[in-house]
Amino acid sequence: MISGGHFTYFITIFLMIAGLFLVIARGNLIKKLIGLGIFQTSVYLLYIAPGKLVGGTAPILSPEFTIYSNPLPHVLILTAIVVGVATLALGLALVVRIREAYDTIEEDEILAVDSAHETEVQTT
Amino acid sequence: MTIATHLPALQVVIPLVAAPLTVLLRGRHLPYFISLAASWIALVIALLLWQQVNAHGTISYAIGKWPAPWGIEYRVDQLTAFMLVLVSGIAALVLPYSRASIKNEVPPQQHYLFYTMFSLCLTGLLGISITGDAFNIFVFLEISSLSTYVLIALGRNRRALIASYQYLIMGTIGATFIVIGIGLLYLMTGSLNLADIGRRLAQVQGTRPVLAALAFLTVGISLKLALFPLHQWLPDAYAHAPSAVSSFLAATATKVAVYVLIRFYFSVFDASQVLSQLPMQEMMLILALAGMFAASAIAIYQTDLKRLFAYSSVAQIGYIILGLSFNSPTGLTATVVHLFNHGVTKGAIFMLLGAVTLVMGGSTMARIQGLGHRMPLVSFGIVLCGLSLIGVPGTVGFISKWYLLLAAIEQGQGWLVFLILLSSLLAVVYVWRFVEAAYFREPRKDIDADTRVPWSMGLPSGLLVIACIYFGLDTSFTVGSSVKIAELLFGGMR
Repeated sequence: MISGGHFTYFITIFLMIAGLFLVIARGNLIKKLIGLGIFQTSVYLLYIAPGKLVGGTAPILSPEFTIYSNPLPHVLILTAIVVGVATLALGLALVVRIREAYDTIEEDEILAVDSAHETEVQTT
Repeated sequence: MTIATHLPALQVVIPLVAAPLTVLLRGRHLPYFISLAASWIALVIALLLWQQVNAHGTISYAIGKWPAPWGIEYRVDQLTAFMLVLVSGIAALVLPYSRASIKNEVPPQQHYLFYTMFSLCLTGLLGISITGDAFNIFVFLEISSLSTYVLIALGRNRRALIASYQYLIMGTIGATFIVIGIGLLYLMTGSLNLADIGRRLAQVQGTRPVLAALAFLTVGISLKLALFPLHQWLPDAYAHAPSAVSSFLAATATKVAVYVLIRFYFSVFDASQVLSQLPMQEMMLILALAGMFAASAIAIYQTDLKRLFAYSSVAQIGYIILGLSFNSPTGLTATVVHLFNHGVTKGAIFMLLGAVTLVMGGSTMARIQGLGHRMPLVSFGIVLCGLSLIGVPGTVGFISKWYLLLAAIEQGQGWLVFLILLSSLLAVVYVWRFVEAAYFREPRKDIDADTRVPWSMGLPSGLLVIACIYFGLDTSFTVGSSVKIAELLFGGMR
């Protein structure tokens, strides 16, 4: 375990909650995605931090090194980073399309446009 | 060795390879035939696996010959094979349907992308079902989710974009919760293989990270399967996506999420006493009941048929989770049977609604007035599926409800029988709203319904409607395998 005990966990949980709060509390579609990014990034820390040993090296087969850090979390998180990037890219692409279609990226304005439109449709 | 030993890998690899091929080859017809071939081959492989599992028991396939628990294991047991048959079977029917359907709903230059995304989504769903590795589940989940977001955004209405964005936010939160849960389990057990985690959990049971992992996984997966208070993304997504996408998602996506929940509960957590340390059973029961009633009640007030049946999906997921909450073999049988039955029913309904949209130009109650005169076969099909949603004897819905009632009585909870019947009455009300609009109103003069439904759309929808009736009369496949699955999960694997 890293020196400082639960220090990394506190950071992780702070980032997690900060990200989730942004997603829920902000109406701006871009800011929501930023929050989502922070939320996902906090999970990277959750995986990586416990795999690290103080003084540990990469797992190299050599008599000189006896303390290794666990390489598996890095591999997993590499995958998760790719997934995160793809999600963010897709999200931003959707926001571009939404902006083209609605001319705004504020959630409440979009909902107002939609509900006005809906009452129109139902009567026809 | 022969190709037969590599079937588990091919099951996922073939649709995965089809996806980039459709992008590279493009053209007007090629992407369609590539993905069609991939989905039919996937169905054949699924059926072969199904046969192998029934003959020889669980198949374990080590990817790259790295043995489990270190390498990634593909593990095909009866539940997996059942899901593979369901998912690839629906895909094999939806693809021929989609060709005529998207012609009307998606701009032509995006058609090849539709097939790419469809193949990827199929890959993801098959992968989730077949893999025995926790992190692999997350990866396949994201493959299927990301392609689903794109598929929904292909809808012609601009609200499809908002629906897709909202699903992206909710879906990513759900997936991240699942990763947190898997991460905590990995921290505590040092393993990512599901069966291995299950064995090792016994040594660390009762510790707080394990309980937190259970909570994170439950919430994350519940978001994906649209359990009642976490269902907000579903109605918009189903209502605004292209019809072919709605029918595929309604029949498979949430069902596969339920499969993940069953897998984690029975293959991972159930081996130790973790489940009994949190009031999981009571919580699932309450949420399932809330979903059955609230979602059915909301469905009654919808003006768009697609939204109506989307809310009905949320209610039906309530039944599925209710079966799970009994924690008994009969309850699990009901859950698995209803997974299949509801998949077939909803797939058929959304396919038929796609035909309605094609002809009538929309699926609002106001537009479909007099549908019974204009499209007699299609509206008769919707009514048959509606009867199945209610649970009328002779349809698949009856079989599921019957097992659900048996499970409730077995638990000595008679009041649940009453509640299940009461919620079926709500289903009668929303199905009746369709019947009233379709059969007791005059057709509107201002809409000319001259378009004919092409065979490629009619035939797959018709087959699914027939399946709705057939599996209601001959239950040897559905109930037979569900009973075996329940025995398996409550027996040796426990």
